[in-house]
Amino acid sequence: MNELKFRPKSKIREFLGEKFIAVNAFIALIAIVLIFLFIFKEAIPIFTDSEIREEAGLDKMVFRQEFYEGREAKWSWQPNSEVPKYSLFPLFIGTLKAALIAMLFAAPLGIGAAVYSSEFAGKKMKEIIKPIIELLAGIPSVVLGFFALMILATFLQITLGLTFRLNALNAGIALGLAVIPIVFTIAEDAMNSVPGSLREAATALGANKWQVSLTTVLPAALPGIAAGVVLGFGRAVGETMIVLMASGNAAIISGSFLDSIRTFSATIAAELAEVVFGSAHYSVLFFIGSLLFVFTFIINFAGDMVLTRIKIKIQGKM
Amino acid sequence: MADTAHIIKPQDIPSELPLNFKAKSKGILPRGATFLAVAIILLMLALILGNIVIGGAGSISWEFLTHPPEQGMEAGGIFPAIFGTVFLVLLMVIAVVPVGVMTAIYLHEYTSPTSNITRLIRIAINNLAGVPSIVFGLFGLGFFIGFVGGGMDAVFFPEEGPVWGQPAIIWAALTLALLTLPVVIVSTEEALRTIPPELKEASYALGGTRLQTIWKIAIPQALPGILTGSILAVSRGAGEVAPIMFTGAAYYLPYLPGKLNDQFMELGYHIYVMATQSPDVEATKPILFGTVLVLLTLTFLLNFVAIYIRSSMRRKRAGI
Repeated sequence: MNELKFRPKSKIREFLGEKFIAVNAFIALIAIVLIFLFIFKEAIPIFTDSEIREEAGLDKMVFRQEFYEGREAKWSWQPNSEVPKYSLFPLFIGTLKAALIAMLFAAPLGIGAAVYSSEFAGKKMKEIIKPIIELLAGIPSVVLGFFALMILATFLQITLGLTFRLNALNAGIALGLAVIPIVFTIAEDAMNSVPGSLREAATALGANKWQVSLTTVLPAALPGIAAGVVLGFGRAVGETMIVLMASGNAAIISGSFLDSIRTFSATIAAELAEVVFGSAHYSVLFFIGSLLFVFTFIINFAGDMVLTRIKIKIQGKM
Repeated sequence: MADTAHIIKPQDIPSELPLNFKAKSKGILPRGATFLAVAIILLMLALILGNIVIGGAGSISWEFLTHPPEQGMEAGGIFPAIFGTVFLVLLMVIAVVPVGVMTAIYLHEYTSPTSNITRLIRIAINNLAGVPSIVFGLFGLGFFIGFVGGGMDAVFFPEEGPVWGQPAIIWAALTLALLTLPVVIVSTEEALRTIPPELKEASYALGGTRLQTIWKIAIPQALPGILTGSILAVSRGAGEVAPIMFTGAAYYLPYLPGKLNDQFMELGYHIYVMATQSPDVEATKPILFGTVLVLLTLTFLLNFVAIYIRSSMRRKRAGI
């Protein structure tokens, strides 16, 4: 430690150093604001430009439209057809279906594994489970998409005898694989932060180990686990590459999980490269981006708030 | 601080606590059910890795790693994609690490954890981590390429076609840098938090200023954490495709990127295009699996190194 010889103090250096560090610290904050501004900016013509509003106004995106005279009004996403159709409803259905399947798959597995790891597993077992989850979290989403496209889809089609190889179920399961680590990590953290005194109290009242877990720890950790599920849902809605590769990308309105779907995120990824700069289609894609941004922002904000509140409440400290 | 953690007030205890535990079953069902969840996750992971290793191992060769693609991706190697990925994450690291480290230092050394500024920055970091990657791609296109690059062209190259206002490796790297910023900040902060306060107090006692203490004590002590964060950021950045699709990645280029405003080939993007847009899927399959294996090996290796550094750092601290 003999390099700790300090040069004489310099007020200017201190001042500039602090200001420089402070400026850098604000980059994350500035980035969030800029992201919102720049994405929303490109979507604004939908509301202001009369020509674009005629083609893809808010009403056109939300309500049924009668595209050809005399034919039944319907929701339809066909931006490249002769009569461009920009209804967001099919995409909304697709996004919701994918995210729902993902959560039905990921929530039980993630929470179950978290309960096992936190309550039942021995020290050695814990040291195996944690890296497994980290490994799963480390798989790039394009690789999960590839797995779903090349392997999982074929497996599901043969086992279930499906008509469409790429469908909501296939994409949802792959999406679930990406969500499991989020649910697991937050749920496990929530259970670990339940104070030992609560466990001890239940044990003193005659509960054995698993009764303590199920009747005391789990209820106390429930808000945290719920926050994990909600944050996982946010990730599932925003995830792009997996659904782009594994869902079939057909904008169909149907209740079946075995039909192809097209999600918001995949629509942006698939169409932005070929779109004319400044066209109605371009603005609509940025509008979808704004929706995704606002939605995930709300989810993350709420999820974080719940998690901080619980920490304060459950541990009686900041 | 540690003792107050266990103080709970009566109102914190769940009111519906069932206070009669009569049945003394062993709890086979909850234990078995939760273990099943672990087993299924393990099985899925094994299926993914097994399929990719078995399908891709045959394609890996020195030729494959060092040669460019040939015959419309049906033969040859993936060297340009490897080169592009490395170049991309290198630029990203140069951009993200200083900013991430300084943010962590500011939050930890200069402000109190309860101040409004800290809270605001923290909210921003948490939300930045949750922004969908495709939204980063839109932002890169609108801000870096359109606003910054387009602005630079208007000022410096008004006569020529787009020089900077077009997809380029620098814009893709900066977009990824924003995406990975939270990773670096969180890791660095964790490391800063574990530095014993005595070390900093000793520095102040010797006449060190705040900046000097940060430079000579905090940063060297936090180095393993900074390194972990950087590696995790690289691993994350190397696997992201959605943010670079519109900001600089190209499916095929006859040259390697040499300038900051060149486009580039990238492993993840290569996988996406080969898997979805290849005219003959069967013919490109071996190369596709090989590319996936290379990308997966790269990200896993990086993750392992990061986990190792982090756990040895934690063990060392716990040992003191």
